[in-house]
Formats: sequence, structure tokens, C-alpha cells
Amino acid sequence: MKVERSRRAVITGKAPTGITGFDEITRGGLPDGRTTLLSGGPGSGKTIFGLQFLIHGAQKCKEPGIFVAFEENSKRIVKNCEGFDWPLAALQRKNLFFVDAQPRPELIQSGNFDLGGILAALTAKTRQMGARRIVFDALDVVLSMLPDGIAREREIHRLHDWLLLNHVTGFITAKVSVEDGIHPANQPFGYLQFMVDCSVVLNHRVHVGVSQRSIRVQKFRGSSFNEDESPFVIGANGFDVAIARKANPGNGKVTFARVTSGVKRLDTMLGGGYYRGASVLITGFPGTAKTTLSGAFAESCCQRGERTMFVSFDSDGAEVVRNLKSVKIQLTPHLKNGCLKMVSARNITGSAETLLVHMKRIATEHRTRCLVIDPVSTLSKAGNELTAHAVAERLIDWAKSESITLVCTSLLDETSSQSQYSAGTPLQISTLADTWIHLNYLVQSGERNRGISIIKSRGTAHSNQVRELILSDAGVTLADIYTAGGEVLMGTLRWEKERAERIAQEVADVGGRLKRVSLDAEEAILRVRAKSLKTELEAKQIEKALLLRTAKSYKRDVSGTRARMRELRGADIAQQGRR
Amino acid sequence: MVPRRKKFKFRLYIAGDTQNSASAISNLAILCKKHLLNRSETEVVDVFLEPDRALADGVFMTPTLVKLNPHPVRKIVGTLILSRRLMQCLQLGEFA
Repeated sequence: MKVERSRRAVITGKAPTGITGFDEITRGGLPDGRTTLLSGGPGSGKTIFGLQFLIHGAQKCKEPGIFVAFEENSKRIVKNCEGFDWPLAALQRKNLFFVDAQPRPELIQSGNFDLGGILAALTAKTRQMGARRIVFDALDVVLSMLPDGIAREREIHRLHDWLLLNHVTGFITAKVSVEDGIHPANQPFGYLQFMVDCSVVLNHRVHVGVSQRSIRVQKFRGSSFNEDESPFVIGANGFDVAIARKANPGNGKVTFARVTSGVKRLDTMLGGGYYRGASVLITGFPGTAKTTLSGAFAESCCQRGERTMFVSFDSDGAEVVRNLKSVKIQLTPHLKNGCLKMVSARNITGSAETLLVHMKRIATEHRTRCLVIDPVSTLSKAGNELTAHAVAERLIDWAKSESITLVCTSLLDETSSQSQYSAGTPLQISTLADTWIHLNYLVQSGERNRGISIIKSRGTAHSNQVRELILSDAGVTLADIYTAGGEVLMGTLRWEKERAERIAQEVADVGGRLKRVSLDAEEAILRVRAKSLKTELEAKQIEKALLLRTAKSYKRDVSGTRARMRELRGADIAQQGRR
Repeated sequence: MVPRRKKFKFRLYIAGDTQNSASAISNLAILCKKHLLNRSETEVVDVFLEPDRALADGVFMTPTLVKLNPHPVRKIVGTLILSRRLMQCLQLGEFA
């Protein structure tokens, strides 16, 4: 007894289950070398969980396992699990053993009995194959055959002690009443709950016709664990438990790198684009070009060669590609070279949780770096109202931890008023999103025009202006809008305003040109006049000079002539002087 | 009426030296003595001593009594408290 007690006191470690999410909840797995109870109603997935635990042990942890089937025939269990991606046949040869311990219907019971037989058989098998994990599936079946509560407690004890003594990790599944609120002690095998070191409860509820499964760790001796109920899905690889974030977020690196939104002017509005790894929310009423905007983002991602996934809830992938072609968003080449993956999620049925698991799986397979979900508000359709918010939260957390840049669109009800949209989107994920772009209609003078504005963008400078979103066969672009008299002008009014301004500008241009020409002309005239005056002046000066010279030479000439005449007449000087 | 010449062959699986094991052994002994005077043969198997046999024979609850002869083979689980059903099962109904 002493040996057992000391073994009980030592926290030996964890036996990983290999179940996505569950190992994170339990910080590593089930208690190694101890006993775990998994309880749940019919169809809650108890057998699958147990089997998955064994398969993981046999495959990955070098821990062979034994599956003791009290309820269902092992052949049928194997057959039922063919749908999963599990190599049961290969494992059964060596590391996985099924014990069929179903009490036969023809079995006659007479008086008290115990589980010595099975324990003896298991002892033999455990030694033979070196088993480290044992699953007792539907232990309640044999327990209910015991005559009284005392006998049940005794057998539970016997089983527990045997597990401890043989140092194997025990895993017991049992059916319990699905009703909540019953104290565990009052449940049929409540004693099990108190004896085991770890207790896990599976729930399977149907809310407005949508199946919602969840798992909750009720207790875990000697270890911390996530106490909340976590939704789960049984997928192609078995259990997939949804958890908010991984225990070691690590890979979600925060970066300053930006990625383009696919619309150049929107990048400018955002001060350079979205942050890489950010979650962007685009809200808007039907037809406000949410898909187009997210399509532009997808195209720009593919152009950089980043693997992108476009999940469409509204229409078929091919339709989206065709429709986006009309605004010059070419996705076909990227689809062909495998860079882009279109996922039409209309054909995925099930709860929001199922959708998320599907999306995560496809995204991981595609090694997605940029993800578009159009629209994410589909998650909150009927039956999912309660979980949709948590799913959206997990979606964003998951994208962050994987450094995936996420663009979600969210449909707003056209009837909802302005105040409602500012209060939040149907999923209330606007608080979680890093960047929130709102698209709106402005109905004005018989027109409906699209307006785009950035409501928030964490960590980036962003424009406070409403812009007009213009879709044309030349692509997607933004235009400034005019405010006149306190009203924004869009569409034709904006065009008219632009035109009026252009004309005014032209008139001003022409007027200016005219003025300059006339000034030029005047200047030319003056120049000509100045030149002619100068010439005239020169002429006058020459004339004046000539005049002077002529006068002088005449004078000289005259005196010369007289002297000559005197000479010729031979007159004397006196005569000459008298004259 | 069970023909007198018919010999009964039993195998009783028990799990160690427990109260259940003891009860089963003594109950079976009383039963044989009372109804099958010298016409029965019993093999007692302790599954803790021979666990391989428990596995091979598919004995998961103890005590388990297997009536090997006369046919058909019957399995009875428990301490063999004398009851009408037990007697019927062992085809000893007339003696109950």
C-alpha cells in the first residue's frame, strides 16, 4: 500500500492524446500512469476519443495500448472507424489490441461477481505487449450488472489499484445522464468521478436544429487546465477541439510589414496598407462591394506569390471569379497555378464550429498566408448565435497565431440603422479586428453611390475622410468626394462639381492667356515705336550735323570766292574792304 | 429427469483468494453434493495464477462457472447463489 501511495503523490507527467486542442487544454495530455474518466451521453464521441488516445500512443509515443470493449464488438468498432484516417489494421498487428469483453445476452448471472477475470487477462496481455495505455470503453455496462453500490465501488477501486500497480494510463468511458445540474455524487456511477485523477465531460446539444458538441475538463489532479467548455468537432482525423489559442503562442510574430489592400488609394488612406498578419473587417450592406474589395486584396496577394485562400459563403467560387473579372480583378491565372484556392463554403453544413474546423484544415493544407472570408457573418446564422462570436474570436486568434493576414467581410442588415452599425457588427468582432473598413450607400438626388471610410485601424495613421468607391471595368479605385454646404457630393453630383470646376479653371486659364497676349502686343508696339523714334533721332542728328557742316563750308566758300574774284578783278584790298 | 449415467463437467474460474472465490467454490460444492452425487468433475482455475487462460477463454468476470458437459456449454457469472434460474441453466431444474 505504501508503494502505491507514494506513486499517487508523484506527478508523473502527461500522456499526450494527439487530439488537436485537447492537449493544449490539459497542458500536455492525460495524467500519465493514472486514471481518466470520460463521461458523456449517447453519441457524444466517447469511443472515438478513447481510440484516438490509443492510436496516438501506439503510433507516436511508443506506448502500445489495449482497448477493452464492454459494449460494442471490436470488429464493429474497427469497421466504424474506417471513415477516419487511422491505420488501425497496421497498428493492430503489434501495438494495438482489442479485448471483447461484452457480457453476452445469454450470460447467466447468479450472485456477486468481480472484475478479477478481466484484470488477470489484462495483466497477461500488458506484460506480453508492454502496453502502457488501456481504454475501458463503456465500463458502465459491467458496473450496472453488479448488485449494489458497494460492489460497484469495490470494483472501481480494484480497477484503479490495478492500473496504478501496473503503471499504465487508464482511460474509462462511461455513459452519464445528459441532463446538467445533477450532482456527480447522485449520478449512477458518480463514485468514478471522485476516484479518478482526471475527469472529462462530453456534451452534445442541439440548438435550433444545429448540433453543438463540447468538451470540458472537470478535474485534473496535480495540473492546471483550461476549465471552460470547448466546442469540438469530429472530423476526418477524429476529434478536433477548438481552443482560443495555443498554450505557446510563439509563432504569432508581430511585424511592422505592410501588405497592400489591392486598392492603391486605400493604401494611402491607411498610411501604407494593412499590417501583415492583421485582421481586417469590411462591413457593409448588401451590394456595397465588400466582395470586390476583398477580391482586390486576394489578387494583390497572389501577385506577390503568396498563397491565398478565398472562402465564399454566398456564391460559388467560379461565380466570384467571373464577377470580379468585370472590375478587372483577374483571379483565373492564380487559380490555375495553385496560388489561390477558392472555397465555396455553402456546401459545408453544420455548426459554426464545424465550419471553422473545415476552414482551418483547408487553410493549413493550402499553406495559406492570406485568407479572405466572405462574409464571416454567415457564421451567426440560425442556431449558431450563441457560439458564432466565440468562433469568430477563435478564427481571428488562429489567424494571428499563424501570421495569416485575414480579411473578413461582414454583412449588415440594410434595415439596421446607422447607430447599430457603429455599435458593432452582428458578430461583434469589430472590437477584435485591427482594421475596420465600412462601406456605405449614399442615396442622393436619385443615385446610390458607394462610400468607403475607415472606422479604425490600429497602429496605422489613417484618413478620416469618406471616399467614393468607384468600380469600373478599369478596376477599383477611390475618388475624393466634395462637401458642399455640409453635404457630401458623390456620383453625378461629384462629376458635375468636378466639371464645373474644370470649366471655371479653363475660363480662368483662357482669360490669363488673353491678357498676356495683349500685353505682349502692347509691349511690341512700344518697342517698335521706341525703335522708330530712335531712328528718327539719329536722322535728325545727322541732318543737324550736315546742316552745320554745310553752313561752315558755304561761309568758307563765299570768302574763298570773293578772294578769287578779287584776284580775278585785281582790285585792291581797300576796295575790297569798302564793299 | 437427468439420466443417471450422464457425467457433469465444470470449470470454475476464480480470481484469487477473495470472498467471491470462496463463496463460489463452496456453493458449487454444495450444489454438486446435493444434486449430482459423484457425477461431477470440477476444474478450478485461478485467473491470477493463470492469466493467459483468462485471456484465451474470454473470462472477464469472476467467478465464472463454465458447464462443459453435458452440452450445451453454459457460462454462469457470480457466486452461484442457488436459484431457480441457476438450476434451470444447469438443467437441474427438477431438483430446485
